[in-house]
Amino acid sequence: MYEHDVIVVGAGGAGLRAAIAAHEAGADVAMVSKLHPVRSHTGAAEGGINAALQEGDDWELHAYDTMKGSDYLGDAPAVETLAKNSPEETINLEHWGMPFSREEDGTVSQRPFGGLSYPRTTYAGAETGHHLLHTMYEQVVKRGIQVYDEWYVMNLATTDEADPNDRECHGVVAYDVQSGNIEGFKANQGVVLATGGPGQAFDHTTNAVSCTGDGHAMAYRAGAPLEDMEFIQFHPTSLPSTGVLISEGVRGEGGILYNSEGERFMFEHGYANNSGELASRDVVARAELTEVDEGRGVEDEYVHLDMRHLGEERIMDRLENILHLAEDFEGVDGLVEPMPVKPGQHYAMGGIEVDENGQTCVNGLYAAGECACVSVHGGNRLGGNALPELIVFGKRAGRHAAGEDLGDPEIRTGYGDDVEDETETDLPVTPGDAGVDTSGGVAADGGVTADAEGVLERTVETARQRVDRLMDKEDGVQHAEIRAKLQKAMTDYVNVFRTEEGVKKALRLIRECRQEYQDVYVDDPSRTFNTDLQQTIETRNLIDVAETIALGALVRDEFRGAHWRKEHQERKDEEWLKHTLISWDDGEPSIFYRPVILEGENKTYEPKERSY
Amino acid sequence: MSTQQAEPESQEAPEDPAMKGAESPAADEQTGGGMVDDHAEKRAELEGETVHIKVFRYDPEVEGKQEPRFDDFHVPFEKGMTVLDAVMYARDEYDSSLTFRHSCRQAVCGSDAFFVNGKQRLGCKTQISDLEQPVRIEPLPHQEVVKDLVVDMDHFYDQMHTVEPYFQDEDTPATEDLEEQRQTPENREKIKMSSRCIWCGACMSSCNIAAGDNEYLGPAAINKAYKFAMDDREDEQIKEHRLRILEQEHGVWRCQTQFSCTEVCPKDIPLTEHIQELKREAVKKNLKFW
Repeated sequence: MYEHDVIVVGAGGAGLRAAIAAHEAGADVAMVSKLHPVRSHTGAAEGGINAALQEGDDWELHAYDTMKGSDYLGDAPAVETLAKNSPEETINLEHWGMPFSREEDGTVSQRPFGGLSYPRTTYAGAETGHHLLHTMYEQVVKRGIQVYDEWYVMNLATTDEADPNDRECHGVVAYDVQSGNIEGFKANQGVVLATGGPGQAFDHTTNAVSCTGDGHAMAYRAGAPLEDMEFIQFHPTSLPSTGVLISEGVRGEGGILYNSEGERFMFEHGYANNSGELASRDVVARAELTEVDEGRGVEDEYVHLDMRHLGEERIMDRLENILHLAEDFEGVDGLVEPMPVKPGQHYAMGGIEVDENGQTCVNGLYAAGECACVSVHGGNRLGGNALPELIVFGKRAGRHAAGEDLGDPEIRTGYGDDVEDETETDLPVTPGDAGVDTSGGVAADGGVTADAEGVLERTVETARQRVDRLMDKEDGVQHAEIRAKLQKAMTDYVNVFRTEEGVKKALRLIRECRQEYQDVYVDDPSRTFNTDLQQTIETRNLIDVAETIALGALVRDEFRGAHWRKEHQERKDEEWLKHTLISWDDGEPSIFYRPVILEGENKTYEPKERSY
Repeated sequence: MSTQQAEPESQEAPEDPAMKGAESPAADEQTGGGMVDDHAEKRAELEGETVHIKVFRYDPEVEGKQEPRFDDFHVPFEKGMTVLDAVMYARDEYDSSLTFRHSCRQAVCGSDAFFVNGKQRLGCKTQISDLEQPVRIEPLPHQEVVKDLVVDMDHFYDQMHTVEPYFQDEDTPATEDLEEQRQTPENREKIKMSSRCIWCGACMSSCNIAAGDNEYLGPAAINKAYKFAMDDREDEQIKEHRLRILEQEHGVWRCQTQFSCTEVCPKDIPLTEHIQELKREAVKKNLKFW
């Protein structure tokens, strides 16, 4: 058994920032990640970091834009924490040597981005995430922080009191991908989940193959609710054949969207008469699909993004990476022809419910970054707001886990007296555990009486038995088949446009995936680098997470942010200024709601019509 | 979906590719890498066809795989199919034990550098239609093979860490009222290419010097050092410290400017030029002390 003060799971932007912060607070930190840190998907972020750095801009404008972008489902204390802290965190990265793009006077460059009232997206070419990731990994190396890379965390070691608010997380169980050894990692002070997004629940996604919602699923099964999972961002400009992302920076620099008839449809068809291409992402994604549905798509599938008029010099200076991506992954030369683009799953606004300090309702369990929901993004995330979330809330989670006092949070977590139960919706199938693969949840018997070591040992034992079972089984279904079916169900029925019937169909298909998973087996008999085994475990996580996305999409009968429902095409503020929370409850998911906090430090954010 | 030859046929490796335990085949001939000339024509020709790939297999634990071999797979061609797509298809449809690293699918995570038709390439950004068939896919040469296409990267990471790959100008400053350091756009441009490295290891694998001298820092680590040494935000003293690391016995002077690293770099980093420039900087620094 390994033992550290703070264990950070995942080594992308949020995980690295949390580890550095916990280390600076004096804790013995270790990072455990299924990928080497520089392989993390933060590296694929292109656009930039929103930060009110310049004179004329200020954090309150950033907070206002973010709240409006969230369609009034962001919690003001989280949104304001982000906007206030982003400038110093961004400059801090600069002091760590991050190669930001520069102005003539030597200051860092900023550009306009969708939904922003001021050009505050701080960037490093069109590869900001790559530089952020490498810069922070360099700092981890500098500090000698221990990294267990290519160790796949399978489960949390958590006590099993009936009320998740009473539970305690004592560490994690992981297996060494290279050797197959399963070990416990005891965390004396806290576990920070920073495992990224669940994009692999969909089949057309900008997300990496490794984005399988592992942290979401582990926290969920340990009793921390998942929040606002129905809010999935579909990025308007992904390449049709692969889902590779074309940065919003292209539109920020002046790129234009055209339909098959050569119309600049964002204006000509009235989708966003003021902001056009730079309207919020959900608005542009719906506009593109409407164009395609109405017969004005190119090859009935996509639209064109044209940046030729920007000129080679400007493109090479600010968007060179985009040229390579379009060439390598779509065979298109962005300097001489428009690029084909369509919406692709990109980001999960929802996630593990946490407060401003990154804490879940389970003691000692934290989450930060895309896997967490503070909630900063509410119903829709603005471009350039993901990277500041990683550094601002990654740092806070790391510090708090290491024992620093950050003040009492205003955001509440877990089931409590301020929530409202879901009573109305008829579910087409019973969600939750189908019974056989009891891999999830909490491990200890006897709850309060269990000591940390005992909880760890029992969780390790459960994990070993589970792996033996998967490996010993001689035949059955393979994970790839189940995963493909799940991804197709989500992309067919829980996409940009959602109908009640479609979402119900998705829930039935997810249930089928769960049942098929009872018969899953791992064909590769080797303990060495068994990716068959790893993907089989990931697939279980994807099923749990996909189900919460579909459940949220079904119960929220309104149109808000990225969540559009055919039967309910209006935002219902009377009823729905509240977060959807789904709690696993030992395999029987329950749904409840917590009111959104619109009261900020100096003002209340009154919901307004969101037009761009 | 393929209807033909869904099962892989196993065969012995045609010749002994100098396997020493788990040492992968050495890259002796670095020819044009088996490229096809007319891309568009070839792509059109392949529509509706299958692509024949030969994939290196090895697993120290599994009987039948302890002796390295090649497996043949016939994968249905789709427009835009990359080498990574092909091995993923083979894994998901034919043999789930086929093992390789991959993640982002867009040439930024650096996980999937393979030895494809005799050249180090990133699987995800290599169009299969550009390659001669059968497409031979092997692990990176000169690195220990863990299993199939997975090599041990520890030595590569160790070398990266040797050059103190972190900004050293000051300790983490207090964050209140912090101002950014200034850097000219020209200086940022100077380090731009060097900062693109994705740690894929293709360069190190292609380098004959690194193959013969295990302590040689190698092109990736030297390039990493270049990024810091050329950055005006670090002061002169630190630059001198960096040059001292680089001019040690296994540093820049080992490079014999064969350009193999530059040729295989998937991010087009002029690695050899960077190494040459650091040699000149080291000479300048030493003259100064004279």
